[in-house]
Amino acid sequence: MPSSKRQLLSGDEAIALAARDAGVALGTGYPGTPSTEILERFSELGGLGQWSPNEKVALEVAIGAVFGGARAITTMKHVGLNVAADPLFTVAYTGVSGGLVIVSADDPGMASSQNEQDNRRYAVAAGVPMLEPSDSQEAYDFMFAAFEISERWKLPVILRATTRVCHSYTVVQPREPNGAPNSPKFERDIRGRVMIPANARPAHRRLRQKLAEIEAWNESSSLNQIIPGSRSLGIITSGISFMHAREAAPDATVLKLGFTHPLPLKKIAEFANSVDRCIVIEEGDPYLVDAIRAAGIKVEGKPEMYRFGELDVPRVRRILHRDTSPEAPKPSGKPPQLCDACQYRLVFDALHKRDCIVAGDIGCYTLGVLPPFEAIDSCVCMGASLGVGLGLRHVLPADQARRVVSVIGDSTFVHSGISGLVEMVYNPPPDGHVLIILDNATTAMTGHQEHPGTGRKLDHEPTTKLVLEDLARSLGVKRVHVVEPRVGANDFERVLDECLASRELCVIIARRPCILIVKRLRELELRDQEQCECEKKEAPCAAS
Amino acid sequence: MRGQLTNVVVAGLGGQGVLRASDILADVALRAGFDVKKSEIKGMSQRGGSVTSDVRFGQAVLSPMVPPGEADYLLVLEPTQVDPHKHYLKPGGTLILPDAVDAGKLPNKKTLNVALLGALSAHLPLPEASWLDALREAFPAEFFEANRQAFLAGRNGPTEKK
Repeated sequence: MPSSKRQLLSGDEAIALAARDAGVALGTGYPGTPSTEILERFSELGGLGQWSPNEKVALEVAIGAVFGGARAITTMKHVGLNVAADPLFTVAYTGVSGGLVIVSADDPGMASSQNEQDNRRYAVAAGVPMLEPSDSQEAYDFMFAAFEISERWKLPVILRATTRVCHSYTVVQPREPNGAPNSPKFERDIRGRVMIPANARPAHRRLRQKLAEIEAWNESSSLNQIIPGSRSLGIITSGISFMHAREAAPDATVLKLGFTHPLPLKKIAEFANSVDRCIVIEEGDPYLVDAIRAAGIKVEGKPEMYRFGELDVPRVRRILHRDTSPEAPKPSGKPPQLCDACQYRLVFDALHKRDCIVAGDIGCYTLGVLPPFEAIDSCVCMGASLGVGLGLRHVLPADQARRVVSVIGDSTFVHSGISGLVEMVYNPPPDGHVLIILDNATTAMTGHQEHPGTGRKLDHEPTTKLVLEDLARSLGVKRVHVVEPRVGANDFERVLDECLASRELCVIIARRPCILIVKRLRELELRDQEQCECEKKEAPCAAS
Repeated sequence: MRGQLTNVVVAGLGGQGVLRASDILADVALRAGFDVKKSEIKGMSQRGGSVTSDVRFGQAVLSPMVPPGEADYLLVLEPTQVDPHKHYLKPGGTLILPDAVDAGKLPNKKTLNVALLGALSAHLPLPEASWLDALREAFPAEFFEANRQAFLAGRNGPTEKK
C-alpha cells in the first residue's frame, strides 16, 4: 500500500503505520482495548508484530530489541502498564540504544476496562518522557517525534493515547517512509545495563540529568502549540480534551501541550500570565493542574465531578461555566451479554445452581456476573481469580471454603494465571481448590487474538502450542480434567461435583472453541494441511 | 468561525453493520474532499450490545463525538435503539428508521445498513458516484451488486419521518 495517500485512519492504525514508516524492527504487546489494533495493523503492513504472554514479557522483549540497537514498540492498554511497570521503572535507568516507544492506551470512562487509571502518572513515577496525541495525524507524527526523543536522550518514551484517540478515525497525511537510522548491532555496556546497586546509583542521577535537559528542550518544542484567540480566556489542555475545548470555546486562546512530561513550566507560566482567566481542561486525574500549581502558577482546574468518565464538548462547556449541577444520566442502551450459543452459559449455570463462591477474572466470561447467572463474586485484575480464590479458601469456614471456585479464561491464564497455579500447589488450602480454565482457544473479548495456548502466532501462523493440561500436571496437580461443556450432556457438571467433593487440588479445563472463531479455525486448519502436503511433495506450492 | 458541520449518528445492535455503515459514510465524505472524523465505542459490539458510531464532516472537524442535541441525522437500524439515542438529534433533525426503505426491494436482510445509507444520501451533498465507489471498496466484488441495489432502494425509497 502506498502510504503517501491522504487517508482516514483510527489512532491505532496511524500508530501502526508510523511504526512501519519509522522502520520499527519489532512490535510486541498483549491485546487490550483500546490498543489491540495497533500490532494487528502493524503486522498486516508487513511489520514483525508479536503477542507476548503478558505486557511485562512484551516490554522485556522490546527492551532486548533496543539494547540490540533496533527500533521497537510495545503496545498495551492502561492496566497492562501495571503489569509492565517492573521493567519500565528500570529501563528508565538503563536507557536504550535503539528508540523505544511504549504505547499506553488509556480508557477514561471505562468503555471496556476494570478501572480508569490515568497513566500519565507513570511517566512521572518512572521518569520517562511522554507525548499525548489528540487525533490520528498527531498519533502518526508523534511516533516519529517519540523515536527522535528516545534516541537523542537514550530513554524509553511513553506515547499516551485514550479510547477516543485510538478508536476515532481522522484524516492522516503520511510522510515518506524513512526507516530506522541504525542497523541492529550489539555493543557491550555493562555499567549502563547491569543494574546492580553500584551501577544503578549513578544511573538514577543520569536519568534526572536527562530529564532536566529534556525539560529545557521542551520549553521551545513545536510539540506544544499556542492557538491564538481572545485574552479573556486561556485554556491549557492536552490529548483529546484539546478537541473538545476548541469546539466548546472557539474564541479562547489555547496552549495545547503535546509533550506532557517533563512539562515546559516556563512556557506554561508565560501563557497563564498572558490571559485574564486561565483554566486547565484535562480528562481523568488532575495531572496537569497539580503539576502547574505545584510550580506556583495560578490556574483554575475542573470541579472534582469531571474527574470521572470521559470529557466531551458539553462537559467542557459546563467546566468553563463552573457548572456543578448534577448531569443528566445518559440513556442506557442494550448491555452486552454472553452469546446465546456460548458454552460458558452451561458453566455459569452449573456454578449458580451449586451456589459456588466464584473468584472470576477478566474476559467475556466476566459477563457471567449478569442475570440469570450472577455467578461471579469477584473480578479484580488479570489472573486474580487464582489468588483471590485461594485466599478465600484459606480463611473461610469449611462449609463455605469448599464452595470456592476460581474461573479464568485460557488467554488470561497464560497471561498471569500460571504463577497463581504455582501458588495453589505450593500453599494448598486445607480442603483443596478447584480451578476452572475456560479454554475457548482464543482471546475472545478483545477480538479473537491468538495466544501461546492456541498454538498460533499473531498472524495465525502455527507455532509451538502450550498444552494447559500438561502444564498443570507438570506443576504437580493430580486431578486434571478436560471436558467439553455441551448442551444435553452433563459431563461438565459431573466433573465439577467430583472435584468439589474431592477436597484436593483440581484443574478443570472446559474446552470448546469460541463459536465466533469456528469458521476461521476450520479455514486455518485446512490451509495448514495444504501447506503440509505441499512440503511433503517438496514441490513449489501456491497455497501459502 | 469554521464552516458548517454535518453530524450523523448511526445506532443499532452488534452484528447489524453499524460500524460498516459509518465507515462507508466517512469514506464518501473524505472522497468528496471534506474533513471527516468518526468515533465509536465498539468494545462490546460482538456481544450483541448497543453500538453507536458518530460521523462528522465539514471544512474542519474538532471533537470526534457528536454532542447530544446536535445530530442533523440519526440513523437507527433497530427500532428498540431509538429511545437510547434520540437525545442526539437536534430540534428539527431527521430520524431515519428501517421503514424508510421498502423491505421488499432489498436483495437480502443484511443490506439494511446500506439501504439506510441510501435513504440518508438523499439529504447529503455527496455525489452518487462517490457513494458507489465507496460501496465497491467496502465489500468483496461479489456482494457489490446487492449493496448497490439496496443503496438505490434506500435513495429512491419512501421518504423518512421527521
